[in-house]
Amino acid sequence: MAGQETHTRPKGAAAWISILLPAALFAWFAQHIPAVAAGEVLLWRYDWVPSLGVSIGILLDGLSLTFALLITGIGTLVTLYSASYLGGHPHHTRFVCYLLAFMTGMLGLVLSDNLLALFVFWEITTISSYLLIGFNADEAKSRRNALQALLVTGTGGLAFLAGVVLIGTAAGTFEISEIEGSLVDHALYLPIFLLVVAGAFTKSAQVPFHFWLPNAMAAPTPVSAYLHSATMVKGGVYLLARFQPTLGGSDLWVWTLVLFGGFTAVFASLLAIRQTDIKQVLAYTTLMALGTLTMFIGVGTEAALLGAMTFLIVHSFYKASLFLMIGVVDHGTGTREATVLRGLWRKMPMTTVAASLAALSMAGIPPMFGFIGKEFLYKGALEAPLGMEWVVACAFAASALMFAAAGITAFKPFFGKLAPTPVEPHEGPVPMLIGPLLLAALGLWLGLQPDYAEALVRPATAAVLGAPADADLYLFREVNTAFILSLATFAVGLALYLAHVPLRNALATVPARFDPGWDKLMDLIAAGCKGLTDLIQTGQLRRYIFVTFAVLAVLVAYAIWRGGVSPQIPPLEELRAKHWSVLIFITAGALLTAVSNSRMTAIAALGTVGIGVALIFIMFGAPDVAITQLLVEVLQVVLVAVAMLKLPSLNREYVSRLRLWDLALALTIGGLVTLTLLAVMQAPLDLRITDYFEATSSPEAFGRNIVNVILVDFRALDTFGEIAVVVIAALGAFALLRGTKGARP
Amino acid sequence: MTTSLIVRAATRILVALLLLFSFYMLLRGHNEPGGGFIGGLIGATGFILYAIAHGCRAAREALRIEPQTIAMAGLGIALAAGLLAWLVGDGLFTGQWLFLWPDPADPGDKGVPLSNILIFDIGVYLVVLGSVLTIVLALEEEV
Repeated sequence: MAGQETHTRPKGAAAWISILLPAALFAWFAQHIPAVAAGEVLLWRYDWVPSLGVSIGILLDGLSLTFALLITGIGTLVTLYSASYLGGHPHHTRFVCYLLAFMTGMLGLVLSDNLLALFVFWEITTISSYLLIGFNADEAKSRRNALQALLVTGTGGLAFLAGVVLIGTAAGTFEISEIEGSLVDHALYLPIFLLVVAGAFTKSAQVPFHFWLPNAMAAPTPVSAYLHSATMVKGGVYLLARFQPTLGGSDLWVWTLVLFGGFTAVFASLLAIRQTDIKQVLAYTTLMALGTLTMFIGVGTEAALLGAMTFLIVHSFYKASLFLMIGVVDHGTGTREATVLRGLWRKMPMTTVAASLAALSMAGIPPMFGFIGKEFLYKGALEAPLGMEWVVACAFAASALMFAAAGITAFKPFFGKLAPTPVEPHEGPVPMLIGPLLLAALGLWLGLQPDYAEALVRPATAAVLGAPADADLYLFREVNTAFILSLATFAVGLALYLAHVPLRNALATVPARFDPGWDKLMDLIAAGCKGLTDLIQTGQLRRYIFVTFAVLAVLVAYAIWRGGVSPQIPPLEELRAKHWSVLIFITAGALLTAVSNSRMTAIAALGTVGIGVALIFIMFGAPDVAITQLLVEVLQVVLVAVAMLKLPSLNREYVSRLRLWDLALALTIGGLVTLTLLAVMQAPLDLRITDYFEATSSPEAFGRNIVNVILVDFRALDTFGEIAVVVIAALGAFALLRGTKGARP
Repeated sequence: MTTSLIVRAATRILVALLLLFSFYMLLRGHNEPGGGFIGGLIGATGFILYAIAHGCRAAREALRIEPQTIAMAGLGIALAAGLLAWLVGDGLFTGQWLFLWPDPADPGDKGVPLSNILIFDIGVYLVVLGSVLTIVLALEEEV
């Protein structure tokens, strides 16, 4: 994206809509803060698919309101930023559409009260994020990474859908607000837990599903800032938080989340130090934040959740700000390499201010909001009832590494002596500075005035806890264990930062790459599919028909065997001369078809079979069916005869070799169908529907031809569907036939 | 393709008769054997006969409209007939009847029946006619 033309202010309708729409939504959500802060849960509901029990309900509690404000608020700043960043891009409108679709999906995800609707929105975020990550579609890497993200999160989405269905079964409702109590003791708890956690872990990129997130950095910078700081990847965290009252608290839940979350946090922080591309550093630190949040939701105590919710807001502010900042730096200097950038503060003063404030919050230095976040995480960790040592150790290690990462991202590039860069460094345009500056300033303001954050953090904690919670955020009150841990974090973090260059080189030698394995897996799946296709798709119509009928024969034979059918031969003396003659007529036609060595003879003989069947219809009083049968038979002969002109003459030897097989199959099918029909004759015929149509056809539908009245009146919708299929089939055949001719006339 | 003079001469009359017969089958379908589907098939047979005798180009010219357009128009007409019921407040595809000039003296005579059912059946007729001709003409031209 470096060197991309940027606009100094938003241009065009798409840009303005994309900025004003989220801004308006933000204002709408913001007006509900007082009510939610007072402990209210707001609920609006609209029945969407009543027959399936799917309604669109908006559930606005502390958790969803916090997310909604982050989504719309950061969304406004990101769209403002991208109106400038991508303003000159030929596909800017398309980008706006993707981004708004994503925003819709994300808002629906966090606001839905119905689990099925939640899943639909979950999938919308998956698909729109695929489009956003692959926005630079002419780069192979971009497409591959987008597909990887889609496959990983999409697979998790399917698991989540299964989990949703099980939750609906177990709880008896799909409405989140109606699920009462905990499902921990339910018989289905284990599968529900595994499926929901699979969905959440893939979306929130927990180890071992973490590899897609850093790759998703192929997206344009505003996308990374939006999807991978505040929104999409936090979808999984949202899910875990949302289900914490329902599924949380069991040993399984606590240990899974705490172990995976803690490991992800530390592992990702180490990988972050290893990177030289600052955007990659930020990507890995996002993983660290997700791991931390997962771990603390797993702990599940009031103090831990308070820490998690505070950290959620802290992280969204500083990470979005830093992502946007690195976009400005990339645009202003032409590089994102930590090894190259140095001393930019003279040339890019505003960016430096934003980056510094955000990095201070990231490092958790007072008086930033990040310090409060870290303090409350430590407080929560120290009170963890299970695995306290592990939680504290992970939180400490991750925070110290975060301190170093903050230095790499936002201290080193801006201070010291100016180093040469590919492009002469220059400050970014105003719309691209508003976002990073505002978000970074918010981090400072909330640090100084944490009471304002309480309005959101308190109800959010209560929603995740499932019980009223108390939140009292403050910068400093006394020297306690958490404060001492913070001081130790600074010391260790500073040491790590000073030693980060040799550390980076040492870590770079550690083989921890998942992508080659992923590519191998993809190749394996593709090869397997190709093998299977080659096996069953021979391209010979004859074989397809043979296989189809053979399968049919096996299934019918199985059904007859299972059903224990005892067919009875009907009395033959009822057959009269006309019946015998039709029977002979049909049999003769069929025999001639089977033994003929000429295609034309065979098709004409088959036509006589059809005519014989039409005669049967006439005998038993179904003239409409008989007429249709006759006409279709005529058409069929015409069509096949036309097609035959092109076919080569029959290969006699080949045909005679196949004929025995065909004979066996034909006799089997014929015998089975006869058995089935004889068995059907045994059952008493239910004439209720026939009687109904006979009784109502003339007086209510004013028609005496019942067949036609059924077709055009009683079941007109069915008929409409059928004629639609006829048209589609005709157009398909037309396209196929014309397609072989090349260009259309 | 050379076709015998007898076939070509007879076709002109036969096609006219077949088309007339197809309308007849369409209109009487509600009370006697027939209907849009059968009528459409008969109409298509007429044009196929014409195509065999005089060639596909002549058949297309006689048809005046592309067969696929006819099929899609038929689908549209059938849908419109169904929507008509919806517009007057009934369920989709509910029969709507209008009897013109009934004889008040004769309770058996309801008058000339008009209905969206007939429009729907005309749609079916056009769909079948157009679809069959789309496939047959394309196939014949391909060969």
